[in-house]
Amino acid sequence: MSDSVSMMPEHPPVTDWVNDFDHTDPRWTENPFPIWDELRNECPVVHTKRFLGCYLPTTYQAVKEIAYDTEHFSSRRVIVRDVRPEVQRNAAPPITSDPPEHKPAKQLLLPPFTPDAMTKLEPRVRAICNELIDEFIEDGQCDAAARYTKHVPVRAIAHMLGIPEKDGDLFVKWIHMILELSIKNESMLVQAVQEMSAYFAGHIEHRKTHPTDDLISTLMKAKDKDGNPLEDSQVLGSLRLLLIAGIDTTWSAIGSSLWHLANTPADRDRLIAEPELMPSAIEEFLRAYSPVTMAREVMKETTISGCPVKPGNMVLLSFPAANRDPAMFPDADKVVIDRKENRHAAFGLGIHRCVGSNLARMEMTVAIEEWLKRIPDFRLDPAGKVTWSEGTVRGPRQLPVLFGKKN
Amino acid sequence: MSGKLKIRVDQDKCQGHARCKSLAPELFELDEFGNAHEVGDGSVPAGLEDKAWLAQTNCPEIAIEVQEE
Repeated sequence: MSDSVSMMPEHPPVTDWVNDFDHTDPRWTENPFPIWDELRNECPVVHTKRFLGCYLPTTYQAVKEIAYDTEHFSSRRVIVRDVRPEVQRNAAPPITSDPPEHKPAKQLLLPPFTPDAMTKLEPRVRAICNELIDEFIEDGQCDAAARYTKHVPVRAIAHMLGIPEKDGDLFVKWIHMILELSIKNESMLVQAVQEMSAYFAGHIEHRKTHPTDDLISTLMKAKDKDGNPLEDSQVLGSLRLLLIAGIDTTWSAIGSSLWHLANTPADRDRLIAEPELMPSAIEEFLRAYSPVTMAREVMKETTISGCPVKPGNMVLLSFPAANRDPAMFPDADKVVIDRKENRHAAFGLGIHRCVGSNLARMEMTVAIEEWLKRIPDFRLDPAGKVTWSEGTVRGPRQLPVLFGKKN
Repeated sequence: MSGKLKIRVDQDKCQGHARCKSLAPELFELDEFGNAHEVGDGSVPAGLEDKAWLAQTNCPEIAIEVQEE
């Protein structure tokens, strides 16, 4: 495995998106929307030889067909990388599980993430947002990605798990290694998973003699479908999932929403004047700037929207591209904060619907509300540069903004 | 009475997105896993028809049926 780093393929700039797409190309990272529009006009499902072979559906219909088809498309690998690391048992259930293992693994995680459970967590998240804003509001400027949007989900999930919120920096480092660096450097994946597993193994051991009422203890007390306690490896897998899926994603969603509002004073002013629009605005931000692209592995030959799909290939399951499909959403390229009909697929479709969707919505809502209360007038800093994350999860990683009277 | 609406959540299709509960809390309730069910027998009280249609047109799984009685 250690040799694999030196054998990593190059990623030459893409010149032919229809036959040679690459979701790590700088053009995709910077502005993927025109690329998806071009591909959608060409064919509902395109293919690249990169990443050892990978398909990309860009229509809502094609994405939906794949998401619902667990017979031909497996979730055992959910990130498209240059290599295909060996499939690990209990990798991160239920996101890496297929039927029939999927349902019992998911049902363990659902009760702590219902809307009612999120209502109980909301006051803590509101306090977290204000603690963060207190740290920079006097400066009249900040990098909103580094100082604000990143920390909200990290601290919220740490609070839920019952681990120190200050350990958040560790989580961010591991997630960056797993979701971004590992696409081109497998050793990053191995190292991050080892460190993360060792960290949580310590917390699990401690709770065996000192039980608590947090989410780690809840998972440790849970029984599988046969009434047996979970193995430590299953608890660890679920904890890995919650971190991997719960941080970059919501960080990105809050960041993209703030980026839009910094760029679009009319929407900002309207949201402040008509706060009852917040729920539809959040759904529209989720549609237009969906952060998460999942993946599947083709297990059996089939056709999707008339296109042949062959085993041995991965699928980049682009919910973000589906959500920009004009056949499904009128004015798909416009952000309409009072959009009435919005069946967006930002949290997936079918059995793998994001287990944390209620948490993500609450965090987004609270983070935007508290920001607008404290910082109603803000804009992108023309002297700074907005940068976007690469690959599986898309959102601003630098978001320099100006506010207040200094400018 | 004509025009009265009745809703039903298809339990095989619902995946717990909870959009219906958010848009029409009077008409939908969630179980311990967050999956939705219609309140009572699914009859939509007068004045809540728009909310019933709104929930129906926002369900990502197309799991909500609205019938005019």
